Amino acid sequence: MSERVKMKKTAIIGRLMPYLMRHKVLLAAAIALTIGGNLLALAGPYFSGLAIDSIELHDETGRVDLSGVWRYAVIMIVLYILSGVLSYMLTRLMIVISRKVINRMRSDVFNKLTVLPVGYFDRNQTGDILSRISYDIDTINTSLSHDFVQIAASTVTVLGSLIMMIKISPLLVLVFAFTVPLSIFLTKKITGFTRPLFRKRSAKLGELNGFVEEMISGQKTLRAYSQEKNTVAKFDRQNDDTCEAYYRAEYYGSVTGPSVNFVNNLSLSLVSFFGAILYLKNAITIGNISTFVLYSRKFSGPINEIANIFGELQSAFSAAERVFRLLDEDPEPSDSPDAYELNGAKGDVALDDVRFGYIKGQEIIHGLSLDINRGELVAIVGPTGAGKTTIVNLLMRFYDVDGGEIRLDGHPIKNLTRKSLRLNYSMVLQDTWLFNGTVFENIAYGSESATIEDVERVCRACGIHEYIMTLPDGYDTVLDDDGSNISKGQKQLMTIARAMLLKSSLLILDEATSNVDTRTEIQIQRAMRTLMADKTCFVIAHRLSTIQGADIILVVRDGEIVERGTHAELMSGETFYKQLYNAQFA
Amino acid sequence: MRRLGPYLKPFIPRMSLGFLVKVIGTVVELAIPWILSYIIDDLIPLGEINPVIVWGVLMILCSLCAWFGNIIANRMASAVARDFTRKLRHDLFEKISYLSERSVDNITIPSLISRVTSDTYVMHQTVGMMQRLGVRAPILLVGGIIVTLTLDPVLTLIMVATLPFVAIITFVVSRKGARLFKIVQSGSDSLLRVVRENAVGVRVIKALSKSDYERERFKKVNDDLTERERTAEKTMAIINPVMSLLLNLGIVAVIVAGAYRVQGGQTEVGKIIAFMNLFTIVLNALLAINRMFTMLSRASASSARIFEVLETPIELYETEPHFSFIPENAPHIAFKNVTFKYDKGSFAVKNLNFELKRGETLGIIGATGAGKSTIIRALMRYYDVADGAIEIDGVDIRDYATPDLRAKFGVVFQNDALFKDTIRENIRLGRELSDDDLTEAAKQAQALEFINAQGGFDGEVAIKGANLSGGQKQRLLVARALAGEPEILILDDSSSALDYKTDSKLREQIRLNHADATKIIIAQRISSIMHAEKIIVMENGEVIGMGTHDELMASCELYREIGRSQIGGGIELGEATA
Repeated sequence: MSERVKMKKTAIIGRLMPYLMRHKVLLAAAIALTIGGNLLALAGPYFSGLAIDSIELHDETGRVDLSGVWRYAVIMIVLYILSGVLSYMLTRLMIVISRKVINRMRSDVFNKLTVLPVGYFDRNQTGDILSRISYDIDTINTSLSHDFVQIAASTVTVLGSLIMMIKISPLLVLVFAFTVPLSIFLTKKITGFTRPLFRKRSAKLGELNGFVEEMISGQKTLRAYSQEKNTVAKFDRQNDDTCEAYYRAEYYGSVTGPSVNFVNNLSLSLVSFFGAILYLKNAITIGNISTFVLYSRKFSGPINEIANIFGELQSAFSAAERVFRLLDEDPEPSDSPDAYELNGAKGDVALDDVRFGYIKGQEIIHGLSLDINRGELVAIVGPTGAGKTTIVNLLMRFYDVDGGEIRLDGHPIKNLTRKSLRLNYSMVLQDTWLFNGTVFENIAYGSESATIEDVERVCRACGIHEYIMTLPDGYDTVLDDDGSNISKGQKQLMTIARAMLLKSSLLILDEATSNVDTRTEIQIQRAMRTLMADKTCFVIAHRLSTIQGADIILVVRDGEIVERGTHAELMSGETFYKQLYNAQFA
Repeated sequence: MRRLGPYLKPFIPRMSLGFLVKVIGTVVELAIPWILSYIIDDLIPLGEINPVIVWGVLMILCSLCAWFGNIIANRMASAVARDFTRKLRHDLFEKISYLSERSVDNITIPSLISRVTSDTYVMHQTVGMMQRLGVRAPILLVGGIIVTLTLDPVLTLIMVATLPFVAIITFVVSRKGARLFKIVQSGSDSLLRVVRENAVGVRVIKALSKSDYERERFKKVNDDLTERERTAEKTMAIINPVMSLLLNLGIVAVIVAGAYRVQGGQTEVGKIIAFMNLFTIVLNALLAINRMFTMLSRASASSARIFEVLETPIELYETEPHFSFIPENAPHIAFKNVTFKYDKGSFAVKNLNFELKRGETLGIIGATGAGKSTIIRALMRYYDVADGAIEIDGVDIRDYATPDLRAKFGVVFQNDALFKDTIRENIRLGRELSDDDLTEAAKQAQALEFINAQGGFDGEVAIKGANLSGGQKQRLLVARALAGEPEILILDDSSSALDYKTDSKLREQIRLNHADATKIIIAQRISSIMHAEKIIVMENGEVIGMGTHDELMASCELYREIGRSQIGGGIELGEATA
């Protein structure tokens, strides 16, 4: 889906509505409250009019009807208290509705994020994603629910006033046949013009956020090279762009309100002018003109309001568009409808004539067939950056094969649910990942039922238990945002511990232990061997012991699998493997 | 909020001009209904069309005037908001660029990011809105009250008597609101953190099929934030109804009191009617002012978060050197009894002593968390030592101007950052280096081949270097470190993703081309450091062995153990003959 194609406004509204409509009852209540509140607000002046009449109605002695005044005063007090309660209830109700809508929208966006393919996160800046789930949704919220009720409630007023005006003088109403289309036309023109500006505004803010995220995260490096000044200069350019985009949107956007106001004032002038003519022709009374004007104010007030709201809605629309674009991203293809679960696989893996390329037309695996039995070790070797992780991507279905089939325990993996397939693997990646939670939570991540004893056991096996015990709260220590107090090696150990805790029969190791320091590595090697003992293992290997002990070695070069065999087999000919081996290990 | 003063001050002339235009627009707009009632009440009954036309045209003129006035004023307000935000954001970002690592640790990176983005955004909106609403409402309020005063001072006082209550309510509630909005902001920080973690850790989450768990985790922070927002908004929601109620009660009091005054012949019914009309204006003005207060509560929370950063003193950044001469024959780098502590933990390095001559290589090896990276952070003065001193060329590093100090280094950190930019800019990183320099550095770093495959120096590095493999990233980073011909080269675990062949070529290139650079290499593999003139073995923040490879093999138990496992034991047989 291209970002360039712009979404239709009606399409956006059509997608926003369901969020509101989920709360039909509450919304109806809100509209009822608004109308009730309006009626009470109207009743107030009515009774104050009566009260004033009582003041005026004094008899010949010059006495005011004080008891009447008091009576109406009491009624008014009751009315006002009632209307206060009503309007408080309305506000509370609106808060409840809008918060529910927002909560829902955030959840939708987040849930979408959880099903997006890995590639999405490689292509998009985290800051921009964050900006969609926070500002954009906030912007939508600012107008959406409030404006909706406003519009709905004022429709009643508009219709009522129109009927009254037609009753008084159908001729004078013709004035509005000119001015209402005029203001609609103006609003349409202006918003049509400002729409791209508001879209640009949202996009620029997203860009700025992405930039800030990248720069502040990479600060340590920028400092090392004294790039503070240059970075600030770059930031200024982004900042200027963003501020300017804001200004331009507001510059043109700010025309709407005053323009519609102008049209309204124009219609008032026309009403009084034509009213005067009609009066001269004895077609209308002064009182009627005066009442007509009152109603026309009631009539145009909401229209004015709605026009203003439409101006405001511009930013909401652009924000909504960005949110919906994210929601429209293609998710990871869903499991086939008859997909089934495979839990506790034995660990036999078969690749049958597998073909694959990341880019269409550029095949890098040409008909690979492998038969791997439970407990066997597959070593994937090759120069740095040759694309050794491709096999892993296919095994775990981060990507799907273009041809052929991969089977686990004889089940084609495309027939399995992704979840159950992936749970059969434990995996240690090169990039360690820990989240803002306790050490325990981080290690037990993936094994819901793990107890503290289980966690301690694997931590001992990884040799990190002693270190964890030196942390302020031991296993309950909360890891910082960036795990800033914990070195890469310690993080690595924790992720290894996490993998050890999983009860799976297949293991994927991605150069993981290469970052762990040598001394701990010895312990880990031992622990790993126990761990690997009856597991089918795929190892992106750097270690001779792993490679020599491998049941099959896949040699990867420039993304393609160029050779396969055991160590002995591969060493027997003039192979690329032999070349590699001699360079690295000889 | 008070601290915003200096930021707004430069805009006072422009804001005043904008205010003036807005005042004119508002006043003219108020004249329109007045003219209208004049036409209907006084002119039409006369039965002549000409005066109606004259006043009608005047009305249209007023409308035009209001139209232009309001548009101009709005635009001026937007311009001020733009310039204000630009300045505030600039200052904030610049400040963050110079904050000490300790301050960054305290505030945390995600929170800093959200202050630059979401909090400045709130400020932008507030400044714009204050200007738009800030004129009309007070004019209507003050104007309305003045007119009522001319009508009947006593009745006015009765109405005005409610205002102090209104003021107190608004003040108390919005103060509470400001506190609550601050809590909202920190809830929003938590929410963003979870989203960020998910964006970064997507592979792990998918591999472990923890999406459901993450959804749960998000639901918790989302619900929590929603609850906080609701609480804050609910609190603010009390103001409007109470204010309307108070004023309405005031008007009832006016009617009752008015009745007695009419009875006593002190006032007339017409005045009470006029009062009622003006009263609506006053009430609307107050409601608008209240809206401003709500906005201000929010803004004051954001402003507090922004100024917390702006007012954090800049530590560890010297702009001027504090030494007059460089002693002769001093070692290039000297650690003298250095002890180092992080805020949150116990000491990270204790009593560290060593000296390095120019061109020497120091290797550091030791268990994870032993304090290896800490030495680098202290040497580059990201943090100051707790005790002892670090000297370069015999001068305490605290006496150097920070840019001068850092200019001596070429460094690759653990997990170092790549930026979304060209390959050229990622290596050059803003320094004045020619393409030849970059090519040479890339060649030495064994990176030239893949750079050419990626489209040369103009090739793009994707966000977080996602289009490069781990080994390519490391080589690019090494090229960056070498490109500046550094005096001191620091490689912190920078070859872990390289295969042995590439790694050894790289080491050879550095030996040949950077003979004069003093090198500090932190590594896991003994082969990476075994040729160093000096090797430090660290454990738990303490040096447990120092010397050459041979000396350490003879004297240091831990080093011997590592060495045996790597060289003799066969885990990494490749080093056997190295």
